[in-house]
Amino acid sequence: MEKFNTVISRPAPLDSSNVDTDQIIPKQFLKRIERTGFGEFLFFDWRFNDDGTINNKFILNEKRFKDSEILLSQENFGCGSSREHAPWALRDYGFKVIISTSFADILFNNCFKNCILPVVVNEKELNYFFNSTLNLEDYELEVDLQNMVLSDNKGFSQNLDVDPYRRKCLLEGLDDIALTLIHEEKITMYENALSN
Amino acid sequence: MRPKTLFDKIWNKHIVHEEEGKPTLLYVDLHLVHEVTSPQAFEGLREAGRRIRRTDKTFATMDHNVPTLDRHNIKDPISLQQIETLASNCKEFGVELFDLASPYQGIVHVIGPEQGLTRPGSTIVCGDSHTSTHGAFGALAFGIGTSEVEHVMSTQCLWQNKPKTFEVRVGGKRPQGVTAKDIILSIIGTIGTAGATGYVIEYTGETIRSLSMEQRMTICNMSIEGGARAGMISPDKTTIDYLIDKPRIKSEENLDNLTKEWLKLASDEGATFDETLILDASKIAPQVSWGTSPGMVTGIKDKVPNPKEIEDPVKRKSIEDALNYMGLKADTPIEDIKIDTVFIGSCTNGRIEDLIAASKIIKGNKVSSRVKAIVVPGSQVVKYQAEKLGIDKIFKDAGFEWRESGCSMCLAMNPDKLSPGERAASTSNRNFEGRQGKGGRTHLVSPTMAAAAAIKGRFTDIRSYDIDLGEY
Repeated sequence: MEKFNTVISRPAPLDSSNVDTDQIIPKQFLKRIERTGFGEFLFFDWRFNDDGTINNKFILNEKRFKDSEILLSQENFGCGSSREHAPWALRDYGFKVIISTSFADILFNNCFKNCILPVVVNEKELNYFFNSTLNLEDYELEVDLQNMVLSDNKGFSQNLDVDPYRRKCLLEGLDDIALTLIHEEKITMYENALSN
Repeated sequence: MRPKTLFDKIWNKHIVHEEEGKPTLLYVDLHLVHEVTSPQAFEGLREAGRRIRRTDKTFATMDHNVPTLDRHNIKDPISLQQIETLASNCKEFGVELFDLASPYQGIVHVIGPEQGLTRPGSTIVCGDSHTSTHGAFGALAFGIGTSEVEHVMSTQCLWQNKPKTFEVRVGGKRPQGVTAKDIILSIIGTIGTAGATGYVIEYTGETIRSLSMEQRMTICNMSIEGGARAGMISPDKTTIDYLIDKPRIKSEENLDNLTKEWLKLASDEGATFDETLILDASKIAPQVSWGTSPGMVTGIKDKVPNPKEIEDPVKRKSIEDALNYMGLKADTPIEDIKIDTVFIGSCTNGRIEDLIAASKIIKGNKVSSRVKAIVVPGSQVVKYQAEKLGIDKIFKDAGFEWRESGCSMCLAMNPDKLSPGERAASTSNRNFEGRQGKGGRTHLVSPTMAAAAAIKGRFTDIRSYDIDLGEY
């Protein structure tokens, strides 16, 4: 896995709660057998009109949010199916950080496997980020996982709360399977005990 | 000794490795695989030169993509590629596959229990969020992503942070027509779609105990829609009675000992949970979802909510968005909502009891002229059972289409899908925007409510029917 580096970007404000994985990547795009190339289908039914043209009313299509690497969303982001195609699409599109008041469990896990950092903040902070990115011209958030700081260019700063093990995996780009195989002897012991 | 929950007992027994500040390495007893979330995992194994550690604990089926009409003639080339990729991967890596030619093929969460692969006390994972279904047997079962699928294939283990426990205790007598589906929809409506995030739910109480295994599966199946990592029910006599004649279990040498062990897994008297919700089943009405998330649900005699009455701006906006997508006006009585399509099937409600109950409502009636109705059995075994009972004929005579098994219109990855604006009464589990087809409008209901809606062309209160549904 690639290493997670500090992200500085204007956050894209997706003002919806319970954004489910069917919206993040609609099922017609789940048939690919690769891990790559899902970005162009991210939020497909919202980003594009029925005739395939770009939906200019959708927030991610606004020019100022086009290159955002941070996505803001309301509570319970990523509920629904376990499809890892959702973080594949988010990452491939360019998002490296997702900020919400809460995340669905499976998507939260899947993000860490794909070099995306999900950040939980409280409602007041989330509202502040939404308002700032919508109203301030040069607004940017900085996510510094190395030093565990979430800050903006307007004076906001606070500590990030990330599970230390997951932080290490992201920063070092560690392969989960290789890490587990360090314990192979223990797995074998467990299996032997099981069959006795 | 401190009383333990079912969850504690299973968790403790599956710890391979733990250390301070890290998740726990947990052993996986059963890994179920399907065509959509596995190709990239197999590819990862190939690239790293790894093998599947325990092919004897890994089983695959094809369900999400398969057509339900002419299943041996898959017209969508990408679907076909995914199906063929699973077959060749299973062959290459030595995984037992229930393919389209198998008399045991079906939805992964229907065939696991049906074949006796699902066992009390075991840890079960699958690249599918509805893996929680298997928790009905007193297993710890949950959905995982494709990276984790690859991880389990290589190591037969998973890193897991220990979830908290949530007891949902349901008591009181269900009124006739109020099914397991109505209970779980009502639970999700109460706790919300994120109400159990970070928790494993154990469903307890006299009402849950009185449910059949198939109904228990319906309850556990939708745990994920309440945000839970898993849902589970302590094993009892009902569990054992269901399992002892299943193919992979009946030949066990020490079946008596095994069943005794299974019964010991039940949560101990006095075991405590981190959270508890108590519900009275006698007060639950048949449920109908009106919005675009399974928590947006209400009783059949109620009305579509009015966003103007909601103070919280985030909630108000999500209701406005949902009504806009669903093409519904605030304050519309649920019974006035007309439907175009009925789908009976899925891993939530595609088992034989579901089809029998729905057929009792259908018998001697005709599907409304405005409605297109299909029944998709959850597996080939369910289809065979139903045909032996003559249920297929009841559905067909009424104007339903009788299909081959698969996930079908639950997620519309195969040709069964809604058109934009088409409104469905569906026995599936998700009413997300576009879930059953772009622009399609889904109302989640029980099989009997779906059957009644098919005949009336709109939602109707099943409680007023003078039909004996038995214990369903």
